[in-house]
Amino acid sequence: MRKTDIAWSRFGLGPRPGDEPLTDPIGWLRDQMDDYRPDLASTGALASRARINADFYALRTARKQAMQAASMAGDAKVKVAQLPQSRQFRGHYEAQAAVRIRAAVASETPFVDRLVHFWSNHFAVSIDKPLVLGLAGLMEFEAIRPHVLGRFEDMLLAVVQHPAMLLYLDQVQSIGPKSQFGQKIAARGRNQGLNENLGREILELHTLGARSGYSQSDVTELARALTGWTAVGLGNGPVQRLTTRLGGEPGDFLFAPPLHEPGKRTILDRTYPQAGMQQVRAILTDLARHPATARHLATKIARHFIADEPPAPLVARLETVYLEKGGDLRAVYAALITAPEAWANTESKFRTPWDWLIGAFRLQGGVPEMPDNPDQADHQLAGLFAQLGQPIWQPGSPAGFADSAGDWAGPEALFRRVEVAQRLARHTSPATDPREVAGRVFGEALRPATAQVVARAESPQQGMALLLVAPEMMRR
Amino acid sequence: MLDRRRFLGAAGALATTALLPRIAYAGPAATEQRFVFIIQRGAADGLHILAPTGDPAFLKQRGVMADTVLGGEVLGESFFTLHPSLKRVGLLAKQKQARFVHASASAYRDRSHFDGQNVLESGGRQPYTEKTGWVGRLLMQLPAMQDRAMAIAPSVPMAMRGSTQVATYAPSALSDASDDIMTRVSALYADDAQLASLWDSARATHELADNLDLDGHRGAAAIGMLAGQMLAQPDGARIMMMESDGWDMHSSQAPRMAMQLKNLDAMIASLADGLGAAWTKTLVIVASEFGRTVAINGTAGTDHGTGGLMMLMGGALDGAGQVDADWPGLNPAALLDGRDLRPTIAAEAVIGASLAAHFSLDPERLMARLYPSQPGLKPFRA
Repeated sequence: MRKTDIAWSRFGLGPRPGDEPLTDPIGWLRDQMDDYRPDLASTGALASRARINADFYALRTARKQAMQAASMAGDAKVKVAQLPQSRQFRGHYEAQAAVRIRAAVASETPFVDRLVHFWSNHFAVSIDKPLVLGLAGLMEFEAIRPHVLGRFEDMLLAVVQHPAMLLYLDQVQSIGPKSQFGQKIAARGRNQGLNENLGREILELHTLGARSGYSQSDVTELARALTGWTAVGLGNGPVQRLTTRLGGEPGDFLFAPPLHEPGKRTILDRTYPQAGMQQVRAILTDLARHPATARHLATKIARHFIADEPPAPLVARLETVYLEKGGDLRAVYAALITAPEAWANTESKFRTPWDWLIGAFRLQGGVPEMPDNPDQADHQLAGLFAQLGQPIWQPGSPAGFADSAGDWAGPEALFRRVEVAQRLARHTSPATDPREVAGRVFGEALRPATAQVVARAESPQQGMALLLVAPEMMRR
Repeated sequence: MLDRRRFLGAAGALATTALLPRIAYAGPAATEQRFVFIIQRGAADGLHILAPTGDPAFLKQRGVMADTVLGGEVLGESFFTLHPSLKRVGLLAKQKQARFVHASASAYRDRSHFDGQNVLESGGRQPYTEKTGWVGRLLMQLPAMQDRAMAIAPSVPMAMRGSTQVATYAPSALSDASDDIMTRVSALYADDAQLASLWDSARATHELADNLDLDGHRGAAAIGMLAGQMLAQPDGARIMMMESDGWDMHSSQAPRMAMQLKNLDAMIASLADGLGAAWTKTLVIVASEFGRTVAINGTAGTDHGTGGLMMLMGGALDGAGQVDADWPGLNPAALLDGRDLRPTIAAEAVIGASLAAHFSLDPERLMARLYPSQPGLKPFRA
């Protein structure tokens, strides 16, 4: 690989047909940090949280009515997914996913966009949960994008306050057993209380990392401190009624004192006095600046950009920068792009389905138009990633999608890429010469076998399909 | 390449099983034995799947959730009740073709899914210390089966990693690529060892699926049928791994568990049906990375725990119809860390012992091969 290819693909999202080889690859990456714009022009057209919330509760009502009607008619099965409200609600997800895809394909700051995707996966939510389906994209746009070049603790706080995360890790339903509300429902004999899911994942996945020395008691203490951190009008039953009464716009973050567990909390041997929502803020700040967090994040960043088994000296350097600069991510990225390990001439990372398909779109000069059915464009676009095995914002677990070759380089995964490449290449203009595209984009890095097989293709479309699945496109 | 094609039955003109190299260990027609490992990802709640309804502390701890197992098959001297969604599994238990090991756990004693799955699948004492999986190491002990391993997954799961090439298959909603382009892709990858090997495996598997006319099927029952038929073929797969996701039930557990178990039951039923006569030569092991808390949490679910349940099935299962448990009890004082079912049986010991019996291998020797970092572990005896 040339240095240009490393900058384009390992750090960026892949070359476009008009891209000229870079004379200053490091400078190209560094400048992107100045040119990056957190707001996406197209997000203005997306539905608001309040609208998504309202649509969700409308869907829930419609579903209930459909089930009742079906049971009166004696039908055993109700096709809930076919309700117009279901399709409409899924439309919010598809529209958000399409914004993400189109922004990545057109991006002039692909290095920073890759970082957005990286952090979005670090703080993974999964659309398997009904309402998260409508909110996952908003979390990336509202909590990740604005903080990708800032301090880690600000991103952490924004994520933990986002309704998508609060819902996904069951925080909206967590009640302090000794809180005002907790005591009231206990007196009524209801068994509802603490949920430690978010507390556990903050420690294990978001900050310190697994096996870094925290205990079950730290998890429970953090869960207790987090009680009261919720969002307006989400969840079920009495909690939903309470937060609706206390809060403003549906879906907005809310600190609800009646749900909050009173008392001081002890986490990692440090005691945090009761200070309402400041208690969690103080804990999160300390967690973000903890050496274990620095190690955890440095390892993940190095794994994502450099190698599945990242070189230890590089991890150590990133870790030091992170700690010295108080979690300033921009400083960490600057250390990353100037690291000699980053420019080693090896294709060390197998592209994930996301990486590969975005790279394929960019190589083709854009997302293909789907003129047969423009209303279905977002739906089809999001569906392609699912068919490749990496549905957008649906890793199925709070750990996010895996980031090493063993998880993506499977026979079936490769087979599907070939199927998708064929389908994409059907949209190639017959005037396109894939030999010329291959030569221009890969230059002297083009393998003889690729040049030959592409040249011998029976049509430009087939040549383009083969170029899209060539070894040059599978690794970065 | 030749062995791979033979395994996949892609070309009838190629060698048949009769030409497979003679095997070095005892046991008649060892290539007729089949093994399927089903992993339940997300920490399945063994206390809900096979409920210790004879333990008074269970009813106290689980309250209304305990009632959701009423009507299920009663097992283990009436101490346990199998969840009623597991209809076929219950029937298998009655027919002495299913066995359960309760309060069992791998060597892992923490509560991270990802680390727990790694320990269960790699067979190490600690997460990420073994680079291969125990199914992969089992294959090293079964030379005749080394090219007959398959994962129903888009890529090779940790448990199957090792030095042998494992085929993977997952049904796709996409239409198949044309034969012409498949040949061209082979030329494209000719000088790229990693991609060439993946591509050969994918092509061969798809040829088999096309022959079975099952491509594109989805759903638990369809996957089970597909797996069963692939295992039933004379030249088909012998060692298989399947994945079952969605067991992490922090909230609203009762209805989710009913649905989840219904799907698992359908998968196992169609797997057994698809195997047909070969079911009598098959061992199925179902296990999860760990169990869940004994108490219900504040959101009608359970949190990450320790001790869990293993299920073993097969047409000729040794000691079937039993529940093996050294029951630790569910009183608060008996719980691990005051919250979890205390594990009393090592999952590794159960896996090692049942595989040794199934493949007529020496149990002690096999254990040492499967779990090299746990030398003290003895094969499980009921």
